[in-house]
Amino acid sequence: MASILAVDDSASMRKMVSFTLRAAGYDVEEAVDGVDALEKAQARKFDCVVTDVNMPNKDGITLIRDLRALPEYKFIPMLMLTTESGIEKKQEGKAAGATGWMVKPFNPDQLLKTLLKVLG
Amino acid sequence: MSIDMSQFHQVFFEECFEGLEAMESGLLTLDMGDIDSEVINTIFRGAHSIKGGSGTFGFTVVAEYTHIMETLLDEMRDGRRKVTQPAVDVLLGSVDCLREMLTAIQNEQDVNDASVAKHKSALEVVLNGGSVPEKLATPVEQESVKEELVINTAPEVAQEEPIESQEQGWKIAFCPYLDLLKTGNDPVRLFRELNELGELTTIVNIQDVPGFYELDPEECNISWDLKVVGDISDDEIKEIFNWVEGDCEMEIQPLTKTVKAASAEKKNDSEPVSVIADPLPSPPAAPVEVKPKVAAEAKKSSAQDSDNEAAKATTAKASSIRVDTDKIDTLINMVGEVVITQSMLGLVGENFSMDKVGQLKRGLAQLERHTRDLQQSVMNIRMLPISFVFSRFPRLVHDISSKLDKKIVLKLVGENTEVDKAVVELINDPLVHLIRNSLDHGIEMPADRVAAGKPETGTIELKAYHRGGHIVIEITDDGRGLNKDKLLAKAIEKGLVEENNLLTEKQIFELIFMPGFSTAEQLTDISGRGVGMDVVRRNIQSLGGNIEIISELGKGTTIAIHLPLTLAILDGQSVAVGEETYIVPLVSIIESINITERMLNKVAGKGETFRLRNEYLPVIRMRGIFNVNSGNPTKSKEGVLVVVEGQGELCCLLVDELLGQQQVVIKSLEANYRRVEGVSGATILGDGSVALILDVPGLVRFSVR
Repeated sequence: MASILAVDDSASMRKMVSFTLRAAGYDVEEAVDGVDALEKAQARKFDCVVTDVNMPNKDGITLIRDLRALPEYKFIPMLMLTTESGIEKKQEGKAAGATGWMVKPFNPDQLLKTLLKVLG
Repeated sequence: MSIDMSQFHQVFFEECFEGLEAMESGLLTLDMGDIDSEVINTIFRGAHSIKGGSGTFGFTVVAEYTHIMETLLDEMRDGRRKVTQPAVDVLLGSVDCLREMLTAIQNEQDVNDASVAKHKSALEVVLNGGSVPEKLATPVEQESVKEELVINTAPEVAQEEPIESQEQGWKIAFCPYLDLLKTGNDPVRLFRELNELGELTTIVNIQDVPGFYELDPEECNISWDLKVVGDISDDEIKEIFNWVEGDCEMEIQPLTKTVKAASAEKKNDSEPVSVIADPLPSPPAAPVEVKPKVAAEAKKSSAQDSDNEAAKATTAKASSIRVDTDKIDTLINMVGEVVITQSMLGLVGENFSMDKVGQLKRGLAQLERHTRDLQQSVMNIRMLPISFVFSRFPRLVHDISSKLDKKIVLKLVGENTEVDKAVVELINDPLVHLIRNSLDHGIEMPADRVAAGKPETGTIELKAYHRGGHIVIEITDDGRGLNKDKLLAKAIEKGLVEENNLLTEKQIFELIFMPGFSTAEQLTDISGRGVGMDVVRRNIQSLGGNIEIISELGKGTTIAIHLPLTLAILDGQSVAVGEETYIVPLVSIIESINITERMLNKVAGKGETFRLRNEYLPVIRMRGIFNVNSGNPTKSKEGVLVVVEGQGELCCLLVDELLGQQQVVIKSLEANYRRVEGVSGATILGDGSVALILDVPGLVRFSVR
């Protein structure tokens, strides 16, 4: 099953995401911010990255940009979880190399459906 | 798949309360003159996380509320809006409001809609620049905006004209830029999704694919003409291409229309050539009526606010604690050691012979050491930094000092001093009371301070440190200090002291702890709510601590609270009285002296005393006060005097002999029997018998009487 790196500074969201994904059979690792995520992503290669946008130390968009610069992550799907309603954040994310986004709030089913879009 | 979301609620609530605390302290540190963007960012992130979580976990009220806060904070973050004191105050109010909402939800109670509406409108007033807003986008409407404007769609005509063709469906010209794959998107996946909507036919245009040697496999050189048949809404199509918008040129048209093939010539640069939908201007926001009195209401203050304070206080108790992972690692290490020792002992025991006694003893000694360490590590888990309590006070000082028109800074020292969780929970109320006292009665009005030659701004210092087995918390203000003569006069007037009694300075200060004593000329809503200093002292004593006052008229007052670090375990000295064993807390023992009966002096009217160096100390015969008649009575001719200190006074306990020192687990006597004077609790000894733990301050008081 595909391996997913779930990044969120909010423990409850992170737990929700990873629990949902694990229950669906994915191999999930959690990271608490962009810095942590980058470290974990370099230690092993994930098939997909799901990240929050607003985080301390390193935000999700910078994380995506940093990951895209790594050869192993050039084509890996990366989704951002955002509450930003404006299109600017999405465009900014896209410019950084994000594959797509999910708008919070979302429920576990939506999350799984969206993942199928990139991991099918 | 259905997942029970309620399992994440506890974490969510904890996180929210932590976030709120961070927001609050951030808001309090905002210096109007010099805005630190990192601070605003932190506050914004707090609101943002709560909004995201509450939406996901289905707490819509909270999500809607935080959305407004977030909008306001976002504008401040971008510098579009100035950070002003009124705005900060409203945000602080919102933090309280959120805390109440979340507490209510957590306890499965109804949210106080009136209070929420009040804070909400105050926020909206700020958001609309202070004037009464004419138009206001409610969160719901704003939320709906985000799903608009997704893709470069067909000309608008296409949407307006009903599709008349028999064959319903869409024709899509999809021409990805070379870099499409580098966003992790894969056209194949898009097509698979399209195929789920209806029957899909694809025509691949490969005329742009270069020769083998020029081919870069990381680039996407192919374009497609797609036809999908079925009763499909344009939204469904757009949704699929949502993520690749900006990475491709595409045209989507209903099947009836003729489709111009997508530009076959591909440009090597990935500059978007086709018209990508600009963000639409925000749709007109729905007008929302805001009654003019809202602004007035928002300013209206204290009456309801103070009602809410009782509710706020109850949020303090945390049912779970966060533990440093280092502490857990230590604990796991210790358990490992115990397991090793235990298996070693097991081996010794298996084929035991007398020559293994040495081994056995070594093993037992090791086990003892490990058990002690293990106990220490476990106790450590219960230890929390006192900042859990202190962190609420900047807010308290901020609010009250502005209410009183006083200028006061609060200094926190030693916030990382650790103390038992139970102490943390119970010390809050007494501290709040003492700080309120300092704010209200201690610190003078700015004008008075200047007149007295002091800086206009008063200082309150809250300091915590360890001393021996205690934590000491000091509250120091540089205010007017206690007036001895006034205190004494008041006490005489109230009949608490007799007129010609000579009292030391210390005893006079102690008077304020007497029930029914209040020096405030008039009761204000800040202090003097009928809860007196006597209650404060009683609470602190019930924690096994004591409280003392040092004050100098005109210079200020220091109130020092001494508390045991933990309420569960105590280092004790076992003493024998007849056949009974008592435990004296080690921290209160100054020294122990072997004496004979002759060395005690009888003083008329004052019982027995013992001359220690140049001081005469009262002697308490333990046999006498606990009615012990067992044991060898001749033994009482000589014995051991244990010199103990309680509340700053010394006294001697006469016991038969000293036994060992050990750590004892405190069991409450009140919970199992009833309160006994002179005894603070009981414990169970190694042989299974019960020993009483002496309440030294209580005994000292007894001796003074």
